Amino acid sequence: MTVVIDKLSKKPGGEPESAAAHARKRGDAGGGLYKPRTPIYPKLVHGHWRRIKWALLIATLAIYYVTPWIRWERPGALPDQAVLVDFFGRRFYFFGIQLWPQEVYFITGLLVMGALSLFLVTSLFGRLWCGYACPQTVWTDLYIYVERAFEGDRNARMRLDAAPWSFDKLWRKGGKHAVWLGLAFGTGGAWIFYFRDAPTLLREFWTGQAPITSYISCFLLTATTYVFAGHMREQVCTYMCPWPRIQGAMLDEHSLQVTYRHDRGEPRGAHKKGAGWDGRGDCIDCNACVVACPMGIDIRDGAQLECINCGLCIDACDEIMDRVGRPRGLIAYDTDDAVAARAAKRTPRYPMVRPRTLYYAGALALVSAIMLWGLANRETLDLHVLRDRNPMFIRLHDGAIRNAYTLKIANRGFEPVPVEVRFEGVPGARVSTPGGADGTPVTAVLPPNEVSAIRVFVTVPPGSLGAASQPAGFEVRAAAAAAGARTTFLSDVESAR
Amino acid sequence: MSERERDDHSGTETTGHEWDGIKELDTPLPRWWLWTWYGSIAVAIVYWILMPAWPGITGYTRGLLGQSDRTDLSGELARLETVRGQGLVKLKVASLAEIEKDPQLQAYALQVGQSVFGDNCATCHGSGGGGARGYPNLRDDIWLWGGSLEEIQHTIRVGVRSGNAHARGENQMPAFGRDQMLTAAQIGDLAEYVMALSGRNADAAAVGRARQTFADQCAACHGPAGAGDRGKGAPNLTDGEWLYGAGREAITAQLFNGRNGVMPAWETRFSPETVKALAVYVHANAAGDSGAPVATTAKNVILLSGAAQAR
Repeated sequence: MTVVIDKLSKKPGGEPESAAAHARKRGDAGGGLYKPRTPIYPKLVHGHWRRIKWALLIATLAIYYVTPWIRWERPGALPDQAVLVDFFGRRFYFFGIQLWPQEVYFITGLLVMGALSLFLVTSLFGRLWCGYACPQTVWTDLYIYVERAFEGDRNARMRLDAAPWSFDKLWRKGGKHAVWLGLAFGTGGAWIFYFRDAPTLLREFWTGQAPITSYISCFLLTATTYVFAGHMREQVCTYMCPWPRIQGAMLDEHSLQVTYRHDRGEPRGAHKKGAGWDGRGDCIDCNACVVACPMGIDIRDGAQLECINCGLCIDACDEIMDRVGRPRGLIAYDTDDAVAARAAKRTPRYPMVRPRTLYYAGALALVSAIMLWGLANRETLDLHVLRDRNPMFIRLHDGAIRNAYTLKIANRGFEPVPVEVRFEGVPGARVSTPGGADGTPVTAVLPPNEVSAIRVFVTVPPGSLGAASQPAGFEVRAAAAAAGARTTFLSDVESAR
Repeated sequence: MSERERDDHSGTETTGHEWDGIKELDTPLPRWWLWTWYGSIAVAIVYWILMPAWPGITGYTRGLLGQSDRTDLSGELARLETVRGQGLVKLKVASLAEIEKDPQLQAYALQVGQSVFGDNCATCHGSGGGGARGYPNLRDDIWLWGGSLEEIQHTIRVGVRSGNAHARGENQMPAFGRDQMLTAAQIGDLAEYVMALSGRNADAAAVGRARQTFADQCAACHGPAGAGDRGKGAPNLTDGEWLYGAGREAITAQLFNGRNGVMPAWETRFSPETVKALAVYVHANAAGDSGAPVATTAKNVILLSGAAQAR
């Protein structure tokens, strides 16, 4: 294992500089209207956080690829895919939960919960999402792994890029892009399985029988994965993603973030083996943290927009500290407040319970409780009444008044449900359905997992109406469930008198 | 080009614009943005070549793919015809009563009927079939030409005073005033008589004067008691339903002008299956048929009999 001393990015006689600083300089030096990307060659590090990142990479990718293949028994002809967004059938299946488009508020609630969790985690531990779980980070990590496999580590990659074209360069570059495209295709290919029965779609896809949307989605996801993870990388986080800009509102001086402990590191400078440590900081200015950074920044410049809090510079620095015989943690997950406290010879405090975290945790608990309550009290029958507006009412030959209603009854269950429709609120009212005789009870068998529309006529004999607009209601009764809805019964003033 | 000013803090060039001491930085756009822009231009050019794009004086550039919304529409319409064709076959073989009894077929007929009704009948009868002045209400239980499935189907097919050989309504309501068949005074008296027939307050003397006129001019169609006659399409004058308005003025106007409703014969425009579906739809949404008007005892017996006048 060679000591990570970055000679290539170091100008002769000059200070080492980060890729971001380099890019800034190049752009500012009359770079014109458009700023070129300065390539970043992150060096492989070993350590605690890197291991966690590998584990999370495997876990999140496994979840992504395996989920659509999990089967879940459902009654009847319903799909047996555990997680399925069925646009054609207008249903969302998630294991035992089945949501209708009308219940999109559950999805909204889930997104709100996701946002609040992100707020809470960010205010406590900084941008953990960005550093470990964000698909952009995970796939970029995977792509860099492939790149490293073909082209070697940082120095080898920089040499290869600078070298003239040769067979060696051609096959390394070609192989890398081929594997990248394969991974991208695998990503796009897995995505479409969430929207259609996976085994069926797999067969359809290769026999050319899949819907055109599947091919288009697969192509788009393949293209974006290849471009974002292979070529755009840190630019997606820096330029395109809104989250790095929003996070400033969640962070405060007590939020953990990757921190260079300048109180301990400064004054920095090269250190000769065997020389003393008195009167100087622990930072030997080896640049190991800079070359390890996938975002191309120098963490010693302090908290930055670009920093995704991945902790790779911590591993890089710890390795160096071990080597030079100083304690680990010159770069560590720490808070601004703790660094300031240490600098002032106070004991650092790490208060987890702060007004900010309490607000986020409280809001998260509230939304979660509402969601749970909503899911637990979800009705299997749902009734909506649409009263005819044209004509508003009909007068029959004997002066009786008739109103017509369309009942939309959702049967969210998986079994056909026989129901009886009752009308209440107006004495003497008789109900009927199209083509049926007045006064016969209105019954229907609601097909499972569907909304049925039932036309109901309500006829009220003359003289039994109290007001031109009379409150009324419908009730749909099944053996195990019932649903009701309010409506009105209209007539004119003359008949109501 | 003169040297541009640099911002002290960021080191970036400024555009030279200044507002209240705030200067605008001329931060360069990232190059990936430029590539995206070039890519969009390339896609646009490919689109121009493949798809219809540029308008000209006499036409437009067709594009290599030959895409045309008009052709797509014709294809869609043809596809719709075949889809409809399968359902319409069932409607053809089933009788009206059978359609109404079979819930699935009835639902299909109601869908077809609703669509056809909305496109063709709603103009006069209203989108809900509630009718309007001069256009009968199709939702109640009062029918000029009969409210059974067969009668509705027949009316739809032949129409009313439509010029069809079998059209309903060979009898016409005369324009007693406009054609000077009756004097204005006689028409005024007759209007009072009709008011009395439907049980409303009327001038007893006028009713007495009009009794003979009603028997001579109106009873042939509306019946001696004013109960109407379905064979002639003559409305019942003793109930609360008024095709041309309920008030005294409306009744006078109808006596004077004698308006006669017209409905097209739809058998020349609709297939028999469509007419069937329409008949099922109208029948299903109506409140049945209260039956042919019968000569019941008029509500203003005293007025009409002349007892009040004698008193």
